[in-house]
Amino acid sequence: MNRITSKKQLSQDVFRLTVEAPDIARERKAGQFVILQLDTEWGERIPLTIADADPEAGTITLIFQAVGASTRKLSWLGVGDEIANLVGPLGRPTHVEKFGTVVCVGGGIGVAPSYPIAQAMKAAGNKLIAILGARTKELVIMEEEMRALADEVIVCTDDGSYGRKALVTEPLKELCEQNPPPDLVVAIGPPIMMKFCAKTTEPYGVKTVVSLNTIMIDGTGMCGGCRVSVGGETKFVCVDGPEFDGHQVDFDQMMARLGAFREHEQMARKGCLLREEAVRKGLKE
Amino acid sequence: MSEWKEPESLLEAARKEWAALEGRALGPRDRMGIPAQEMPSQEPLARAKNMKEVALGYFAEQARVEASRCLQCKNAPCMQGCPVKVKIPEFVAALAAGDPAKAIGIIKETSLLPAVCGRVCPQEKQCQSTCTLGKALKDANQAVAIGRLERYAADWERANGGAAAPAIAAPTGKRVAVVGSGPAGITVAADVRRAGHEVTLFEAFHKAGGVLVYGIPEFRLPKAIVQAELENLRAMGVEIRTNFVVGRTRKLTDLLEKDGYDAVFVGTGAGLPKFMGIEGENLVGVHSANEYLTRSNLMKAYAEGQADTPIQRAAKVAVLGGGNVAMDAARTALRLGAEEVHLIYRRTENEMPARKEEVAHAREEGVQFHFLQNAKRILGEGGRVSGIECLRYELGEPDASGRRRPVEVPGSEFTIPMDEIIVALGNESNPLIKATTPGLETDRKGHIVVNGEGRTTLPRVFAGGDIVLGAATVILAMGEGRRAAAAINQMLAEG
Repeated sequence: MNRITSKKQLSQDVFRLTVEAPDIARERKAGQFVILQLDTEWGERIPLTIADADPEAGTITLIFQAVGASTRKLSWLGVGDEIANLVGPLGRPTHVEKFGTVVCVGGGIGVAPSYPIAQAMKAAGNKLIAILGARTKELVIMEEEMRALADEVIVCTDDGSYGRKALVTEPLKELCEQNPPPDLVVAIGPPIMMKFCAKTTEPYGVKTVVSLNTIMIDGTGMCGGCRVSVGGETKFVCVDGPEFDGHQVDFDQMMARLGAFREHEQMARKGCLLREEAVRKGLKE
Repeated sequence: MSEWKEPESLLEAARKEWAALEGRALGPRDRMGIPAQEMPSQEPLARAKNMKEVALGYFAEQARVEASRCLQCKNAPCMQGCPVKVKIPEFVAALAAGDPAKAIGIIKETSLLPAVCGRVCPQEKQCQSTCTLGKALKDANQAVAIGRLERYAADWERANGGAAAPAIAAPTGKRVAVVGSGPAGITVAADVRRAGHEVTLFEAFHKAGGVLVYGIPEFRLPKAIVQAELENLRAMGVEIRTNFVVGRTRKLTDLLEKDGYDAVFVGTGAGLPKFMGIEGENLVGVHSANEYLTRSNLMKAYAEGQADTPIQRAAKVAVLGGGNVAMDAARTALRLGAEEVHLIYRRTENEMPARKEEVAHAREEGVQFHFLQNAKRILGEGGRVSGIECLRYELGEPDASGRRRPVEVPGSEFTIPMDEIIVALGNESNPLIKATTPGLETDRKGHIVVNGEGRTTLPRVFAGGDIVLGAATVILAMGEGRRAAAAINQMLAEG
């Protein structure tokens, strides 16, 4: 079950895995995610977005950044290894229709979940503009795939090492100023990026969907750990989302909630890095 | 409840008592004179720091003494109080006669999970509430301790080689999908499998058992007991598929139309925590009891350093609610190192829905109870909980539930500093199955509508447990499961 069939390192901390998961590959739609756990007794459950799927081969593609303890441990697995527990697809699929012009903004690892949405939007007959943002050139992912799909691709890096030296909000603002402005913006990336994308489009009245990745345990509505305020109402990301109207989301609250276990997470990550270091030294000696 | 007593002293007393009773023909007066046997338990302050089971179970001598108290009423009012009509006087008589093997056989004719029910049933509201002995002694606490005796019989069986796998009828070639592996699902799986049908039990989590595993803490229901029940199911040939969310991984209707199942039972429970909609509810440090208990129980976050899942270990914790889940959360908080745990409930102790024993245990362990108070808003500092503002209440006229309705006392606000708030105000029905299953009728509250046999409005689809009843009990879920299983078996036998 859940055997890894291919693995590729996309940048220093970003990995792409293809995993056997026929049920999920068959049912998943753009916008949905999975929850995985690496050890049935002691592991934590973490949500990851589905970057792609091949229903025929019965596989799904996961792209993740090894930032926390569990994602670092996931990066230690190789082809042939199994992920102990994998459940999904979870969350509501993206609402896809012919809107006209759709801009998909992907920041960092957020390009991965944007990709299936971009695919679906394109297939529905939309004009597709992709904005890919990253801190530096090395961290730009899936550019080739997006170029093969989108009518226009804008790449930005914070340090100007590749594409435009800009934050994603800059070209987004320019697009909003055009006449007519885009019909829909889908922004996925770090919370702070989504917050400012929503702020950018709001004055222009351009509908902006964001996909939230909050702390969750079960992913089916049972724990409520993932709750966010949307338009003053409490919503559960796992069953009401993960996509919401970006102009309604209380990002500051969401960011505070994401930091609920920061201390624990930093300790756990440190443990992982120490172990990696030990393994490296062990290999050298 | 009386003061905590050393288990050894309870054993000593029971031995003496039994020595005096053994071989005697007992009349009702003699039986009424036998002292009620207390449940041996871990010392309160020690147990409030560990996760091990609190109640240790009767000693053999205690079980015989307690069982000898039963008056063996011909009309068995206790059975009327039991949702699954366990033949209580018969099994109690077997225990009095020193035959636990016979006793467990009698219990299992009607109840599938005695080791669980003996521990978590609200006996004081069911079988024990109608006990003649309790009435004769004018004290419900003096009723025969039926739950403890049930637990004794079940534990005896597990300690003595376990249950023989029940006989399975010849294969029928029919297949049944059971959605949700909690008490209702386990019951249906067992009953339907016994009739010779193939059964797949689907569970969304990575471990089966439902609320018995994620909700009820180890100190009240050891997980080894649940595992033993699930192993029984596997030994019977039930396939358990974890990590499978019906409605997402596969639509319910696809199970019937594409995957070859002949019937589906939905027992997905009441999994959508209620919040109060008050200010500050989304601050860091406010958790649903579901989240808190799942982190501790299913994810084992209590084992710091070993488990990857974190849990907040706050010094001052408020738990809102008065049910079993509230007691479980409060007592878990103590075990995770809280200095103060305040349980805030807006009615009085008499109206609390929790089992009496859990309330008594919580109090012994140091949980502080605040009655006739309710949270008005949660205060925060830098996005985290810093306190709770409460309002005082008084009891007014009885409401629809027959309980006197709590009424706010205007201007009675007061503030208590807190680091963590756990909301244990119950659950609403989980919308997932309904949202993904067209034609499945639900009521105003989202509970699946069923007839007296557990049939839903969709052909070949049955439902039971909390998704039908709203948040209820293990035994009621089991009772519903048995009824639905009987209807499924009948439907499949007919064609």
